[in-house]
Amino acid sequence: MPDLNVKLWRGDENGGELVDYKIEAQEGEVVLDVVHRIQATQAPDLAVRWNCKAGKCGSCSAEINGKPSLMCMTRTNVFEPGQTITITPMKTFPIIRDLVTDVSFNFKMLKQVPALKPKPKEKDGTYRMFQQDIDRGQEFRKCIECFLCQDVCHVIRDHDDNKMHYAGPRLFIRYADLEMHPLDTNDRLDLLQDKMGLGMCNITKCCTEVCPEHIHITDNAIIPLKERVVGDRYDPLAWLGKKIFKKSKTSEKQKV
Amino acid sequence: MTTTNTETDSNNSFNNSAITAVEIGKPKGGPNVKTLRQDRWWIQPTLTFIGLFLFVVYGSWAAIRNNDYYTANILGRTIGRNYLSPFYSPCIANNCQYTTVPILGSWYKLSPAIIILIFPMGFRLSCYYYRKAYYRSFWFSPPACAVKEPHKKYSGESKFPLIMNNIHRYFWYAAVLFAAILTLDAINAFRFPNGSIGMGLGTLIFVINAVLIWLYTLSCHSCRHLTGGRINLFSKAPIRHWFWKKVSIINPHHMLYAWLSLVWIAFTDFYVYLVASGTIHDPRFF
Repeated sequence: MPDLNVKLWRGDENGGELVDYKIEAQEGEVVLDVVHRIQATQAPDLAVRWNCKAGKCGSCSAEINGKPSLMCMTRTNVFEPGQTITITPMKTFPIIRDLVTDVSFNFKMLKQVPALKPKPKEKDGTYRMFQQDIDRGQEFRKCIECFLCQDVCHVIRDHDDNKMHYAGPRLFIRYADLEMHPLDTNDRLDLLQDKMGLGMCNITKCCTEVCPEHIHITDNAIIPLKERVVGDRYDPLAWLGKKIFKKSKTSEKQKV
Repeated sequence: MTTTNTETDSNNSFNNSAITAVEIGKPKGGPNVKTLRQDRWWIQPTLTFIGLFLFVVYGSWAAIRNNDYYTANILGRTIGRNYLSPFYSPCIANNCQYTTVPILGSWYKLSPAIIILIFPMGFRLSCYYYRKAYYRSFWFSPPACAVKEPHKKYSGESKFPLIMNNIHRYFWYAAVLFAAILTLDAINAFRFPNGSIGMGLGTLIFVINAVLIWLYTLSCHSCRHLTGGRINLFSKAPIRHWFWKKVSIINPHHMLYAWLSLVWIAFTDFYVYLVASGTIHDPRFF
């Protein structure tokens, strides 16, 4: 098997550089395997975050030849023979060391999501939900929190200052999950539009393109949320309908 | 420079007026280059730009042409076809070659297409797919995924003028009306002289045009929301749930329908122009 030419980002918050490594290719490997072999044989101090090696823990997120990807789900045979594989840390988040970034931004934003506030129980003391009422949310729960969608989103990738008022696609699917929940009584639409930057998303769908779980983040979460905001805020007919019929989808909901 | 948002939610419980402290400006890893992508990421935005630019050029020419958009009687000859260009339908001015509804009087001297095209243009400009297309290929925001955009500031659709894209559903209401009118035009294309029913190549083109326009209109994200997407309890709204599921089948192909309908509507207009101007003869199947 021919050698693989690998460029790895080595450095920390004080700076860094791309370092070349040459390593023998092996059949059936993924990029994470190559990184581990480099770590084992040539760069024992290389920092890399990983866990399951099965595309389910979301730990080994990085950028491979500029594309946000999971290292454990990117096979080495997709590259042309002789092509250099460049592996860099996620661009959107502060560097800790080498391929490891500080993704705490996402968890800080997650803390801001108003939790499920269920409506009162039925007379028999139970909650009842039907499958068709929770189908949509189940897609969102496939999220493995790899934060590749957050990484690729240009709103914060190219404009760090927007992090102060932009939750990002991973959080938007969390909001969508809760907003569409059949039992929930919290109305997060004002929060989303005013504080969490839903309006800043210009739906260029990069989050959907990089999602390793193939969640239709834009079509099934962000756009439906935007449409709900339109109905709640910008649609005079919807407003009139609510006034006349005294009801709406948010009739049992309270704004947070 | 590292700065911290001072609006801190100290007890970590939700507070509408507070955002948890977010550190910004800390050093990032990786080289400071536009992109490290090695694939030909620029092809898609380039093709999109070319496609939309060509349509704008053609559409402008078709709109100001103000001639050869109706085939029934032209230059004293009876062509015997009932084809009205979709760029001019419904024709609402007195100066139309074929007036659908006389709304604008003789004072209106411009091309009747200019009035009509405001609605489909608004629908497509505010369409969720076309927004992605022009943000990427015209405004480079971003030109492609993980490719650095050139703008220093970004506010997206949270401020004027882009916040106006929220008007999309109103253009959708108009688009449904236009799709119905283009369907009538397709039905009229089966009408031949002396009250006979027939079908020419143009009839087939009009039918395909109506089908594509309906597919594009019904696969719209606003349609998906209005038919049922806004509902949380589908179990209590089975009919709307049924509609929502049907729209959800075609919604993922919205981009495809957007392009097909765009190209085909221009082709339909051009075909009508060729027939109306006597450049080609429309073959009759039966």
